[in-house]
Amino acid sequence: MSMAAALGGLATLSTASGDSFETPTPAIFYLPIIGEGDWAITEQMFWGGVSVLLLSLVMVRLSAKAAVVPTKGQWMMEGFYNFARNGIARDMIGSKDFLRFVPLLFTLFALILLNNLFGILPPVMNPTTGRIGFPIAFTVVVYVVYHWVGISRKGLGGYLAGLVPPGLPGWIKGPIWVLEFITFFITRPLTLALRLFGNMFAGHMLIVLFVSAGAYFLTQGIVFQLLSVPTFIMAAAMVLFEGLVQFLQAYVFTLLAASYIAGAVADDH
Amino acid sequence: MFGNLSLVGYGLATIGPAIAVGLIFAAYISGVARQPEARPLLQPIAILGFALAEALAIFGLVLYFVPIR
Repeated sequence: MSMAAALGGLATLSTASGDSFETPTPAIFYLPIIGEGDWAITEQMFWGGVSVLLLSLVMVRLSAKAAVVPTKGQWMMEGFYNFARNGIARDMIGSKDFLRFVPLLFTLFALILLNNLFGILPPVMNPTTGRIGFPIAFTVVVYVVYHWVGISRKGLGGYLAGLVPPGLPGWIKGPIWVLEFITFFITRPLTLALRLFGNMFAGHMLIVLFVSAGAYFLTQGIVFQLLSVPTFIMAAAMVLFEGLVQFLQAYVFTLLAASYIAGAVADDH
Repeated sequence: MFGNLSLVGYGLATIGPAIAVGLIFAAYISGVARQPEARPLLQPIAILGFALAEALAIFGLVLYFVPIR
């Protein structure tokens, strides 16, 4: 009589009437349209392409006839642009160098935001950034840019020497340099990609879990059918919460990219 | 019922980042309460700290999916 027996009892309880409930697995993110295996064209790739087209169309349309007295669309577009330009780029990088990086940061913010929001927008209902390939691609761009900016500004030797914060006693500079090197070249890109991926992945799994559990309860007895009501309410609440998380993660990704660029551009550490 | 002990491990691993995120926002709120005009200055710092503390939980999520056998 042990834990295994108790767990066995629970298992029979949950499958007492009818077929068993299949909990969602990470396999729900693999949605091939054409082909099979690693090189398949997936739904996420399709919607990723659609997001680029959609953003380009909307932004070109709204900024084509820019006027001193803006239309409603231009006014909203400018508000969105100013949030990324002033709220992220200028605040993090400083008013001297930030203009060079505004196109990159604004593109990252808009693209990641739309791809995240696909997780709660009805025709898609699947965050494309929940596949690790998309966050890796975004991170590779940021990684190359901030190292390239730092090296082109200080030279390779100066950039590597500048990893150590100033004002340290000499004997501790070696170990700190190793730690800073690991932070700059391994930890930063790893966390940047995994934070976006992990949040989108976990959020989508949660929504799928609540919705599929509610749908499963509906096929069971009357007690379970009553139980499905709070389950669906919880699913709706999770969708709203995910909307918040999706915006926050797009903001955090852009903010961190800006702060890495700021660290590379700054004269002292 | 099937389970995996790494799920329990990940649950335990989220306690640390959870406390850290709570402390960061507690400090942010009390800072803004004392000096409301410092809000635009404190907000990016708080979110930056939140993102860095959250990184530990993200590492845990990855380690949960690493098969150990």
